[in-house]
Amino acid sequence: MESLMVIISVSIIAAALAMAIGGYGPARALGESLTKALDAIARQPEAAAQITRTLIIGMALIESIAIYAFVIALIILFANPLIGYVIK
Amino acid sequence: MKRFAISPEVVFTAGPLHFTDTVITTWIVMIVVSVISILATRKFSIRPSAFQEVVEAAFEAVEKTVKEVLPVEPWAAVPVLGTIWILIGFSNLIGLLPGLNTPTADLNTTFAFAVISYSMTHVFGVKTRGVKGYLSHYKEPTWLLLPIHLMAEVTRTIALAVRLFGNMLSGEMIAAILIGVVGFLAPIPFDLLHIVIGLIQAYIFGILTLVFIAIGISPEG
Repeated sequence: MESLMVIISVSIIAAALAMAIGGYGPARALGESLTKALDAIARQPEAAAQITRTLIIGMALIESIAIYAFVIALIILFANPLIGYVIK
Repeated sequence: MKRFAISPEVVFTAGPLHFTDTVITTWIVMIVVSVISILATRKFSIRPSAFQEVVEAAFEAVEKTVKEVLPVEPWAAVPVLGTIWILIGFSNLIGLLPGLNTPTADLNTTFAFAVISYSMTHVFGVKTRGVKGYLSHYKEPTWLLLPIHLMAEVTRTIALAVRLFGNMLSGEMIAAILIGVVGFLAPIPFDLLHIVIGLIQAYIFGILTLVFIAIGISPEG
């Protein structure tokens, strides 16, 4: 029982940390890419369609890193494989 | 829509088959899309009705996007991409109706879509460049990079599936948490955001498939 409590409390903290740290990097990357894209569109408005499409693809690739962190947090919270070691 | 687990719920079983709520919602999506398509294509006329205008505009949007990314033989890819966009778009949005859950918030559905997209990459690559020509892009620039190429194939397919799944599930979970914590009417702004995210994710899934196809058929790699 004692070890189960330890696993549960550590899991909650780990999930929160996974989202916090895993969200920080992609958030900065998204902001930076959007800034650069806006700069490029301001400089060359006729290329706006192409830049927007590339921006959306790039943002999807960046954002998937945050999604990985989210999926890891979900696995920790809802499908924790380590609890199986404690509860036989 | 308000479901708080990452695995789907089994509604009924028939022998070894388990029919989850995901499957049933996907059937509803299929029926809705099929009925709309049949109604749309039953009678075309030179002077279009309002409904026909909408359908034609949607088709032209798909065609234009495919042509921009895929300069060679865009016609083969238009039906595939149109299906992916329409089906995923409907699937992402149907969870907003009460009593239905989002099929794409289930990893099984998104993996099925990702496997379709992965297969289409190879089908188009082989069709345009021949088996030998297509396989030769794996040994560019050197044979040493073959493992990296194979790894990229697997990881980008998994990334496609997990991206759609994570986005849709996170939208649902935010709404569920807000219903539990704050209460009635609180999740409405987040549901509005969820509509936008659902459409954007459907677009991204299709456009990434298109980009992968374009990479597969381009002669320089």
